[in-house]
Amino acid sequence: MSRQMLLRVTEVEPLTPLVTRFRFEHPERAALPLFSGGAHVVVEMPDDGVLRRNAYSLISDPYDGSGYEIAVRREDTGRGGSRFMHGQVATGTDLRVSLPLNLFALDPRAKKHVLIAGGIGITPFLAQLRQLERLQQPYELHYAARSQAEAAGLKLLPQTAQVHVHISENGDRMDPGALLEGQPIGTHAYVCGPEGLIAAVMDAGARLGWPPSALHAEAFAAPPPGEAFRVTIGSTGAEIEVGPHQSLLEALEAAEVEVDWSCRGGACGRCETGVRACHGRIEHHDHWLSPEERAAQTKIMPCMSRFRGDRLVLDL
Amino acid sequence: MPNTQFSPSIDSRPVYPGLTPHGASPAIMVADAEGAAALRELAARDASVMDRAQVVLAAGGAAGLAEARALQALQPKGVSHEPDLAAALPLLRRLLAEARMGTRLYLAGSEGLIGQVSALALDAGLPADAIESEHRGPIARRMQCVHCKGITEGVTTDPFTCSHCGLTLFVRDHFSRRLGVFQGVCVDAETPGIIPEPQEIRP
Repeated sequence: MSRQMLLRVTEVEPLTPLVTRFRFEHPERAALPLFSGGAHVVVEMPDDGVLRRNAYSLISDPYDGSGYEIAVRREDTGRGGSRFMHGQVATGTDLRVSLPLNLFALDPRAKKHVLIAGGIGITPFLAQLRQLERLQQPYELHYAARSQAEAAGLKLLPQTAQVHVHISENGDRMDPGALLEGQPIGTHAYVCGPEGLIAAVMDAGARLGWPPSALHAEAFAAPPPGEAFRVTIGSTGAEIEVGPHQSLLEALEAAEVEVDWSCRGGACGRCETGVRACHGRIEHHDHWLSPEERAAQTKIMPCMSRFRGDRLVLDL
Repeated sequence: MPNTQFSPSIDSRPVYPGLTPHGASPAIMVADAEGAAALRELAARDASVMDRAQVVLAAGGAAGLAEARALQALQPKGVSHEPDLAAALPLLRRLLAEARMGTRLYLAGSEGLIGQVSALALDAGLPADAIESEHRGPIARRMQCVHCKGITEGVTTDPFTCSHCGLTLFVRDHFSRRLGVFQGVCVDAETPGIIPEPQEIRP
């Protein structure tokens, strides 16, 4: 489990009707650990008896330890974390925030960086831009949003020649193939946004012969809902019920079964848990396990994945 | 003659899995006289690999001329024939500087050629997973003396004498990707003058 700090919200600024920027500072104004562009923190939200933990990319300057800033899009049909941030957090609220962790860092071997953002996927790039400016490395950023009004990034992006905005409502649709084609060798591409955009960029890269090591993606998906299911704890035999809108990790935490975790989005691999017996089918939703590991059904990522069947015994 | 099989070693020792065709993507191909056969076999498996390939042959003498003709017959985008790798380096630097993402690098021949051109390509920004390699020919190594930093080409015995500072060097499998060389370490530093009998290097 990540180490945490108790931080105070010092600024709350609506950027669009759906997206709000929050600034966190240490209550005694102590300097916070610096980070690198693309890093995220996990914010703990005590929401009416339920402890929610959501990961948010840091959007502030990675070299500035005076505070951390995040931008949160309100998902009205989501699980409740973003509604909590929008509805119950104000200037002066104290929240537990994890130390930053980066699963989407700029590749230092790159000669040039192409950053591709869709919607709220702009957030990790806001910090990366500051880092690139500091390092004076060549880059271009392409930001696609549905409409001018929904494009929260517009208020936070610098107006420079390297920043390109594509508003689909205005008939300007981003073409991932055109962005990747003809780039000089040493270019690395990074994409963050909806699954469809990530898939389009990965497909275009593969079609143009880009090696996988030059293509980087981050999808911060919330744990998907599903049917309720039961798991058995191997060491104690205890049975734990997982609700339809709860993740297995959350159910384990509620039952005080200790599981290590970090990103809570199926990307970092920290919560990987062994399976002692599986009579049924694991619904894998992570980006961590290999296709072979998924098929073997001997491992599960409790932050994202679910189970359908008679009996799942965890190696816990 | 197929791709050389090397004995298992430390993780940093380069391995050469053999050339795999990636269709008609832009390509730079570099081979010496022995490696040219691997390029011909690659084209025999998928002729389209030559469609956008710039071939650089670093091979002198009659064998070099014969291979240059044989490669030309495969109708790549271009063939450049140089007497050795040193003479080919300025052209390779220019090809790499002008290359676009999606370009594949196919290397075939000695460890020295593969290591040196890989280092050049990585420095130009080409990702390691865009490089295909196949070892052909003698197993002589390109060695760097860790003491004077001088590079000795074509090392076939262990230990060997550094061609720059004259120390007797132990041939290690420790490899520098940045420089494209194996590391040679003074063999008698602790026991001056006591030097093991030189052995022929084995794969």
